[in-house]
Amino acid sequence: MENEHVYLQVRDELRMNVNQQPHMATPYGQPQPGYQGYPQPGYGGDHVPSGYPAQYAPYNGPGSAYQQGPPQGTRGPPTSGAPPVSGAQNYSQFGQGENQNGPPPMGAPPQRPPVSQPYTPGAVNLPGPQHPYGQRFGAPPVSMQHMTNQMASMQVGSTAPSPAGPGYAPPSVSQAAVSAPYTTSAPPTFTPPTTATSQPPPTEALAQAPPHSYYGALPPVQQPFQNAVPTFSSAGPTQPQAPPPVSPQSFPQAPPISQPPFSTAQVHPGPTQSYRGPLPSTQSSFPRPPHPTSQPSAFPAGPPPTSIPSQLPGVMQPQPPVSQPSPYHSGPPTTSTGFPPQVGAPPRPSFPGMQGPPMASQGPPMASQGPPMASQGPPMAQANHILPTQPGMPPGPINASLSGPPPQPGMQGYPPQQNGAFGQVRGPQPGYTGPYPGQPNYGAPPAAPASAPAAPKRLDPDSIPSPIQVIEDDKANKGSEPFTTGVRGQAPPLVTTKFQVKDQGNASPRYIRCTAYNMPCNSDMAKQSQVPLAAVIKPLAPLPPDETPPYLVDHGESGPIRCNRCKAYMCPYMQFIEGGRRFQCGFCNCVTEVPPNYFQHLDHTGKRVDCYDRPELSMGSYDFMTTVDYCKNNKFPQPPAFIFLIDVSYNAVKNGTVGIVCQELKTLLDYLPRENPDVESNIRVGFVTYNKVLHFYNVKASLAQPQMMVVSDVADMFVPLLDGFLVSVSESRVVIESLLDQIPEMFADTRETETVFGPVIQAGLEALKAADCAGKLFVFHSSLPIAEAPGKLKNREDKKLVGTDKEKTLFQPQVSFYNTLAKECVAQGCCVDLFLFPNQYVDVATLGVVPTSTGGSIYKYTYFQAPSDQERFLNDLRRDVQKQVGFDAVMRVRTSTGIRATDFFGAFYMSNTTDVELAGLDCDKTVTVEFRHDDKLSEETGALMQCAVLYTSCSGQRRLRIHNMAVNCCSQLADLYRNCETDTIINFFAKYAYRSVLSSPTKNVRDSLVNQCAQILACYRKNCASPSSAGQLILPECMKLLPVYLNCVLKSDVLQPGADVSLDDRAYLRQLVSTMDVAESHVFFYPHLLPLQKLDVESMALPMAVRDSEERLSRGGVYLLENGLNIFLWVGVSAQQELLQNIFGTPAFSQIDPNMTSLPALDNPFSKRLREIIESVRAQRSRYMKLMVVKQEDKLELIFKHFLVEDKSNSGGASYVDFLCHMHKEIRQLLS
Amino acid sequence: MATYQEFIQQNEDRDGVRCSWNLWPSSRLEATRLVVPVSCLYTPLKERPDLPPVQYEPVLCSRANCKAVLNPLCQVDFRAKIWACNFCFQRNSFPPSYAGISEVNQPAELMPQFSTIEYIVQRGPPTPLIFLYVVDTCLEEEDLQALKESLQMSLSLLPPNALVGLITFGRMIQIHELSCEGIAKSYVFRGTKELTPKQIQEMLGLMKPATSGQQGKPLAPHDAAAASCIFLQPVQAVDMNLTDLLGELQRDPWPVPQGKRPLRSTGIALSIAIGLLEGTFPNTGARVMLFTGGPPTQGPGMVVGDELKTPIRSWHDIQKDNARHLKKATKYYEALANRAAVNGHSVDIYACALDQTGLLEMKCLSNLTGGHIVMGDSFNTSLFKQTFQRVFSKDYNGEFRMAFGGTLEVKTSRELKISGVIGPCVSLNTKGPCVSDNEMGVGGTCQWKICSLTPATTLAMYFEVVNQHNAPVPQGGRGAVQFVTQYQHSNTQRRIRVTTIARNWADAQSQIQHIESSFDQEASAVLMARLGVFRAESEEGPDVLRWLDRQLIRLFMFHLRRSPFLQVFNNSPDESSYYRHHFVRQDLTQSLIMIQPILYSYSFYGPPEPVLLDSSSILPDRILLMDTFFQLVIYHGETIAQWRKAGYQEMAEYENFKQLLQAPLDDAQEILQTRFPMPRYIDTEHGGSQARFLLSKVNPSQTHNNLYAWGQESGAPILTDDVSLQVFMDHLKKLAVSSAA
Repeated sequence: MENEHVYLQVRDELRMNVNQQPHMATPYGQPQPGYQGYPQPGYGGDHVPSGYPAQYAPYNGPGSAYQQGPPQGTRGPPTSGAPPVSGAQNYSQFGQGENQNGPPPMGAPPQRPPVSQPYTPGAVNLPGPQHPYGQRFGAPPVSMQHMTNQMASMQVGSTAPSPAGPGYAPPSVSQAAVSAPYTTSAPPTFTPPTTATSQPPPTEALAQAPPHSYYGALPPVQQPFQNAVPTFSSAGPTQPQAPPPVSPQSFPQAPPISQPPFSTAQVHPGPTQSYRGPLPSTQSSFPRPPHPTSQPSAFPAGPPPTSIPSQLPGVMQPQPPVSQPSPYHSGPPTTSTGFPPQVGAPPRPSFPGMQGPPMASQGPPMASQGPPMASQGPPMAQANHILPTQPGMPPGPINASLSGPPPQPGMQGYPPQQNGAFGQVRGPQPGYTGPYPGQPNYGAPPAAPASAPAAPKRLDPDSIPSPIQVIEDDKANKGSEPFTTGVRGQAPPLVTTKFQVKDQGNASPRYIRCTAYNMPCNSDMAKQSQVPLAAVIKPLAPLPPDETPPYLVDHGESGPIRCNRCKAYMCPYMQFIEGGRRFQCGFCNCVTEVPPNYFQHLDHTGKRVDCYDRPELSMGSYDFMTTVDYCKNNKFPQPPAFIFLIDVSYNAVKNGTVGIVCQELKTLLDYLPRENPDVESNIRVGFVTYNKVLHFYNVKASLAQPQMMVVSDVADMFVPLLDGFLVSVSESRVVIESLLDQIPEMFADTRETETVFGPVIQAGLEALKAADCAGKLFVFHSSLPIAEAPGKLKNREDKKLVGTDKEKTLFQPQVSFYNTLAKECVAQGCCVDLFLFPNQYVDVATLGVVPTSTGGSIYKYTYFQAPSDQERFLNDLRRDVQKQVGFDAVMRVRTSTGIRATDFFGAFYMSNTTDVELAGLDCDKTVTVEFRHDDKLSEETGALMQCAVLYTSCSGQRRLRIHNMAVNCCSQLADLYRNCETDTIINFFAKYAYRSVLSSPTKNVRDSLVNQCAQILACYRKNCASPSSAGQLILPECMKLLPVYLNCVLKSDVLQPGADVSLDDRAYLRQLVSTMDVAESHVFFYPHLLPLQKLDVESMALPMAVRDSEERLSRGGVYLLENGLNIFLWVGVSAQQELLQNIFGTPAFSQIDPNMTSLPALDNPFSKRLREIIESVRAQRSRYMKLMVVKQEDKLELIFKHFLVEDKSNSGGASYVDFLCHMHKEIRQLLS
Repeated sequence: MATYQEFIQQNEDRDGVRCSWNLWPSSRLEATRLVVPVSCLYTPLKERPDLPPVQYEPVLCSRANCKAVLNPLCQVDFRAKIWACNFCFQRNSFPPSYAGISEVNQPAELMPQFSTIEYIVQRGPPTPLIFLYVVDTCLEEEDLQALKESLQMSLSLLPPNALVGLITFGRMIQIHELSCEGIAKSYVFRGTKELTPKQIQEMLGLMKPATSGQQGKPLAPHDAAAASCIFLQPVQAVDMNLTDLLGELQRDPWPVPQGKRPLRSTGIALSIAIGLLEGTFPNTGARVMLFTGGPPTQGPGMVVGDELKTPIRSWHDIQKDNARHLKKATKYYEALANRAAVNGHSVDIYACALDQTGLLEMKCLSNLTGGHIVMGDSFNTSLFKQTFQRVFSKDYNGEFRMAFGGTLEVKTSRELKISGVIGPCVSLNTKGPCVSDNEMGVGGTCQWKICSLTPATTLAMYFEVVNQHNAPVPQGGRGAVQFVTQYQHSNTQRRIRVTTIARNWADAQSQIQHIESSFDQEASAVLMARLGVFRAESEEGPDVLRWLDRQLIRLFMFHLRRSPFLQVFNNSPDESSYYRHHFVRQDLTQSLIMIQPILYSYSFYGPPEPVLLDSSSILPDRILLMDTFFQLVIYHGETIAQWRKAGYQEMAEYENFKQLLQAPLDDAQEILQTRFPMPRYIDTEHGGSQARFLLSKVNPSQTHNNLYAWGQESGAPILTDDVSLQVFMDHLKKLAVSSAA
C-alpha cells in the first residue's frame, strides 16, 4: 500500500498513485500533534505543564486510539490476517496510530492501494479509513495532509477542526505538529505509542530508511489509512453495516476524547468536542445519506467488484460513474471489506479494473460531475454518489444534486463532513469518495479487471487528481483559522484559500511563498530530488484590511542595526548573548556588539525583555526608517514624479485613446499614491505627447495657458524645460485641465502615422534626471516605432520561425538600444509602465525591455476600441496610477550559510549577482528567487532568509522593507516532499521556462520541464514511496497536481502557441508571467471555472468551481471562467430560459449579444449576485478583466476552449490525461 | 566749369559717388605712383527724392559677358534705333518698345541727369519682408522687460504684411509657432548640438511629407511659404498673439549655479534662424535680429565657457593666442554668415551687456550680410531703444529705409578693372572681363551681394588702371564705371538702380597738376582708412599702422592712427569690432567724423565754433560738444561747471547763461535724432569721470610731460604717454625726408 496514493491503472502498465503527502503527514501528523501540542502548550505558558501532559495524553490517546485502531483493525478487516503482519510493520512505521490501519492495509495492501488510490484523492480515504478503523488517527493521518494539517490547525484554532474535529482533529493535530514535532517531540511521542520501538519515530517519516521501507509499507498503510481506510470505512462502514459506522463513530468519539485532550489541552477541548458532536451528526447524516445512495448501488451490487462489473457492463458512461462511485465506495468497501475479505487479490485486480472501467465507463459525465463533487467535499461526495446515479441523469439531476441540499450541506459541512468523514467512516468517505474521482477508479479497479477488456484503455479523468478537489479541501481545512507564521516549516494555505495571517516572526505568505518549507540539508539531496528551491517574494504586497501593515521601525541616527559581517538587518533570528550586549547573526553567525542605545536585558529564556515591543525582534515583516547613508549620493531623495507620455499619432487619435486618457487623467490625478490619505500627494506630474516628435508641456501654475514645446531632435533627446514641466497637481490644476482638454483637439486632425519610442522614454528619463528625482513613466503607445530615431524598429514578425531553433530570437529585443536605455532608467529610478494599443505587430519583445527591466508593467489592448475596451483600460490605468509604489529600489536576499540566492526572476535589472535593482516596485510586483546550496544546512537552525528592499516611498522617504522567512531543513527526502507547495513550484517553473525561451528552442524548454518534473516524481517514487508495481504512478500528495499544472504551463501560448497566437501576445504573456505572484500564476495557468447554474443567490459562497474541461460543461449551464486576464461567460445552448432571463434579460439563447462587455443590470437577485461575483473576482486581480460572453457553438467558443486546459489544445497541447500518462512513462523510464 | 569742390558735391548728390581722384591717371604705372588708388565711395541707395523710378526693365547690352545697361554715355543712332555699349562697344538694337525713340523723345536713361536711374521690375510674386527675432532670455529681469517692450513696440512699426517670427534662446532654443490658437507651441532645440540645415528643416517639419516621393527635398518656396507659416506669420495676423507671447516670455528657467555664466546657445539659435529662413524663403529679403545680453557660452559658436572665473578673451589673450574659442567660433559664424548671405538674409546683432558679448566672433554675421550691429550697456537704455526704433525709420515716401537682397554689379570700361570692394557685402564670385587680379578688399569678382541696404550704406570700391603706359588713352577719353544694383525695396518691389559715372583720363606726366587738383582729400582719407581697417581686420595691428604710415602723410592720419578702428588699446575686441563694423559702411561724412571727431566750442565770446581737437581747446569758460559718431560728449569747462552748480542759469538775470547751456544740448539733440546707431550721449564737466571720453580723443598737446614747458598756455593737460600731433608731425617729417632719400 502506498500512502495516499491514487492508483490509477490506465492500462495494466499505468497505475497512478497520488501519494498524498498527507499520508506522510499523517504519520508525521500524529507526531506533530504532539509537537504542536507541545509547543503550543509551551506557548500557552501556563498550559505548558498541563499541555504537555495533555499532549502526551493525546498521544497516548492516539496511541490508545491507535491501539484501539488495531482493535478495530481487529474488528474489521484490518485484523484480517495477513495484512496485519505486513501491516503491523507498516503500522509501526506509520506511527502507531495507523498501525491499525496498517494492518488492514497490509493485509490488503494491494487492495488498499487501489482503494487508497481512489482515495488518494485523499480526503476520502482519510475519512473512511479513520473512522472505520477508528483510527481517526489513522484516518487523520491518512486524510490528506492538507486535511490533517488543516485539521490540526483547525483544532488548534478550535473552529475548523471542530467539524472534522473529533476524529480528525486528533490526527490533524498530530500532523500539524508533525512538522515541528519532528525533531523533538515526535520521537518520544511516537515511541511510546508505537511499540514499534525504533520504527515509530522513523515511521513518522523521520526515520529515513525506515520510512522508506515504511513507506513502502507505510505508504500503503497510510494510504490505506486514508484511502483504503476511508474507502473501506466508507464503503465498509456505511454500506456494509451500521456497525462499522457505529464503531467508527464510537471510535471517533473515543478518539476525540483522547484527542480532545490534545486539542483541548492545547486549544479548545470544548469546541472540539462540540464539534465532534456536531460533526458526527452532520457527517452521519450527510455522509450516510449519500453513501447510502451511491455506495449502496455499488455495494448492493455486492462487493465492489461485483458492483463494478455490473456497472461496466451496464451503461458504459452513466453507470460507470455509478459503478465508479460504487467502486470507490465499493473499492473502499471492498478494501474495507477487503480488509478482511478482499484483502487478497481482489483489490488489485480492482485497480486495473478500476481504471479501465472508470475510464471508459465513467466517461465524461462522471468525470465532470465527479470531480466537482469531489472537490466540494462531502456534499460532493454525495453528489458523486448521486452522480453515479445521475450519469443516467442528465446534467440537470447533477445540478440538482449538486445544488441540492447535499451540496450545501456539504459545503457547510465540508469541514464537518470531512471531519465527519474522518470521524465517521461512512460520512466522510462518501464525501471523499465522491470528491476523489480516483476513488471511483479505485472502486473501479476491482471492477476494472472485469471491465478492463470492455472498457477502453483511457484513464478516467475523474480518477486523476483534481485541482478543484485540492483547492476545496484546502479551503475547508485551512480557510477558517488564522495562519500563524511562527512555526517554522509550515506550509501556508493555498493561494486559493482565504485566510488571515498572523505575523509571529516569519513573513506572511502574502509576501513570501516558498516552493519547499523543508529544504534539503545538502545539495546532494536537492539535486537528487530536483525540487526547485525558490521563494516567490512580493515585497510590497497589499494586505487585507484585517491584517496589520508592517510596522515602521526607527533605529535613530545610526540607522538600522545590522550584522557586522553579512549586513543582515536586525530580525527575530538574531540571537542575543552575553546578557544582551552582543548578538549573533542567524545568517552568518558573526557576533556583533549591540549599540548602547539599543541595549536591553535578556529574560531567563535568553530573549530580550523588549522582544515583543519591537517589531524587528518579533515580526516577520517590518519597515525600517533609513538614514542618509542609504540614499543615492548621500542626499535625501526628492519626491518622485509621474510623467504621462501620450502617443498622439493618427492611430492613437483614431482609436480614441488620446481622448480617453486625457479625460481620465483629469480626475485620476487626484488619486496619486500617498502615504497619508489626508495629505496631498507629493508626487509631481508632467505631460508629454508625441508622434514622431515629442511635445512637452509647460503647465506652470502661473501660466494662463499651457505651453507646448516641440522637440524634434529625437536623435538626441533632451528635456526642453525644467520649471513648469513637473508640477504639483493642486497648484497647476487649472492649467493641467486646460491642457488635457486641448490635447485631443489639437491632434484631432493629425495625419502623422509614424511614431518614435526610444526617445519617448529618454525624454522621461531626462526629465527625471533634470529634476533629480525618481519616478514613473506612463507611456500610452499605439504602433511600431518606425520613425527615424534611436530605437527605431522594423517589422520582424515571422511566424515561420515558430518552432524552429531561431524562435528564440523572436523573444529577444531586436536592437540593443533598449537594454542600454533600461540600464540608465534603473540608475535614475525611472520606472516605465507601458500601455499598448496596437492594431498590428508592435514588437512587444523589444518595447517591453525597458518596462520589464525597470519594475514596470506592460498593458496591451490589441485592436483597442473605445466602447468595448475603455472600461478595462481605464480600470487598469486607475489602478496602475493609484497603487502603492516604491522607487529606486534595491532588493537583497540574505540567507543562512549553506544556501545562496542564485537566480532571480521578475521585472528588474541586476548589475551584479546579488542586488536586484528595481527602478519602481509596486504592490503587484513579484520576484522569484532561486536558492542553491553552497554548503550544508543544519536541521536545527533551519534555513533562514531575509529579503531587504530599500526603496523610496511615494512621499519621498527612503525606507527598508524587511521580510524574514525561516524554513526547516530536512535530511529525509520525504520531508521535502511533504512540505512543498505545487503552486509555487509551478510559478517558478513557468518563470524559469519563460526565461529559457530567450536562449533555447521552446521544444527544449518543454522537454527539460517535463524531464525535471519526471525526475522529481521519480525521486519520490524511488525514495519515498513503498515499492509497488512499476505500473503504478505514485504522486506525492503535495505534488499530485504537479502534472496537471505543468501541463498547463507546457501548453501555454508562450511554450506551445497555436496558429492564431501572435508573437506580440507571446512576448506579452512571457513578460507578464515573469512578475506574477503565485495566486496570479495559479489562476493564469489553471483558470477558475464557475458553474453559475449552481449559484446560490442567498449565500455569499461561490459555487464550487469545476475542472477546466469541456466535458465538465453542461449544455444547460452558464459558466464563468477567469484567468486573471479575461472573464468569459459561457452560455450553453440549452441553458434554462429562466437563467438566461435572470442574467441577460432575455430568455432566448439566440438573442444574447455576444459582443456585450458588461451584463445588464437587472433587478433580480441572480443578476445582482452574478455581477457582484464578477466584481469581486475582478477586485482580486491586479488587472481588470474584460467580460466576454461566449455562446456555445459560436465562433468565439474556440477562444474560450483555449482555456479549458485539461483538454487537448488546438496547438497540440496534451490533455491532462494524456499528459499524465506521458509523465508516467517518463517516470518509469527514469526508474528503470 | 565749376570748381572741383562743386563738381564733387554735384556728383555726390546725383550719383552718391565720391572718387579719390576725379581725373584718372591714364596708365597703370602712373596710377600706382599716386599711392592713393583710383577708387570711389559709392552709396547705392542714396536717397534721391527727386528721382522717380521708371516702371520698366532696363535695356541691356546684348554681349553675353557685358550686359551693361543703356546709359547716357552710350552712343545712340536714333535713326537706326541702335545704341553702342560704352563699355564693350557692342552695337545693340533697341527693343520694340523703344520704337518711338528719337532725339527729342529720349528715354530717361539716356538723359545725362539720369546717370543714376532706378527701374522697377516685375519678377515673380512680391515677397513680403521677413523679420525674425532671435531673443536671448538669459537676461536680467529688468533688461528682459525692457527688451520685451521694445519688441512689442516694434510690431507696430513693421509693415503690416511683413512676416514675423520669434526664436528665443537660453540653454535651449525655442522657435515659437505663431499661428496656433490656445496652447502656445514652440519647437525646442538643445543648444549644444550642431545641426545641418537639412536636419533643422526636417525637425521643423519643413520637408515635404514622405508620401510625395522624394524625401528630404526642401520644399519649393511656394509650398514652403505655406509650411513655414506656423513660424513666420504676417504681423497683422499675429499681432495680438505675438504681443502676448512676448509678454509671457520668461527668463531662461534653468538654474545658473554660483560662479557660472548662464548657458547661452547663441550659435545654435542663429543656425536655426538661418536654417529656417533658408528652408522657407531663400533669396527673399529677411532680417534676423539677434538680441543678446551676453556671450555665447555653449555649443558651437561659444565664445567663452560658463565658468565665471575664466574671463572672456581680451586683445591681450588674442595676441598671445590664448583665446581658445576664438578661431572655432569665428569660423562657425562665418559659415553661418555665408549661408545667410547666399540666401539674401541679413543678420542684425543688438548686443547689450556691460561685458563683451562675442561681437568679435559674430561680427561677420552682420558685416557680410549688411546687418546692423548695435552695442549698448543694457536693453533698458535709450541708446538701444532709440536705435532699435530707428531701424524701422521711414523715408520721405513713408517707406522703410531698408532694402534687401541687393546685388551690386560693377562694369568698367576697358582701361579700368575692379580690384575689390570694402563694405557690408560678400563676393558672388562672378568672374568677368573687368575683374582685376589685384585684389583690394573683397575682390576677384564683379558682383557682390549686399543682403541689406540702407540709404546710408556706402561701399568703397577700388579700381586698377590697367592701361599700359605705352598705349595712351586718346586725348579727352573718359573712363566709365557702371554700378548696377538690384534689390528688393522695402515695399517688396524688385528694383534696379543703375549709376554710370565717367571721369576723364589724364596723363600724369603732362597733367599732374590737374590730377592733383582733382584729388578728393576727404574721400581719399575714408577710402584709405577703409583699406586700413580692412587690413587691420585681417592682419596684425602694428603692421597695419606701419603700412598706413608708409602710405600717407596727412593730418587726419594722426587721428586715424589713434582711432579705435586701428588702435585696440583700451578697447575690447568687441568694441573694436563694433567700431570697425560701422566704419566700413557709413557714408563719407560720418566716416570722417569717426576718423576725426568734431569738436565745437560754445562760449560767451561768439557763436559756436569748431575748434581743434586738441587739449588746448579745453578751456574753463567753454562748453565743448564732441561728436565721435559713437559718442556725443558735452563737456562743461571748469568755470561753466561751477556756475552751473551755483544755479546761475536759474536766475533771470543770467538768462544768457542758460541759453549758453542750452545751445549744445540742442545741437546734440539734432544729431541724436538722425544718427544710426544712436550715439552714446554723455553730459559731463571738468573733472567728471566721463570726461575721459573727451580727453582720450583730443590731441595731447599738453601732457604731464610738457605742461610746464608750454608755460602759461591754458588748456587741460592730458595724462598720457601718447605722442602729440606736434611730435607725430616731427617724426613724420623726418621719415618723409629719409624715405625720400
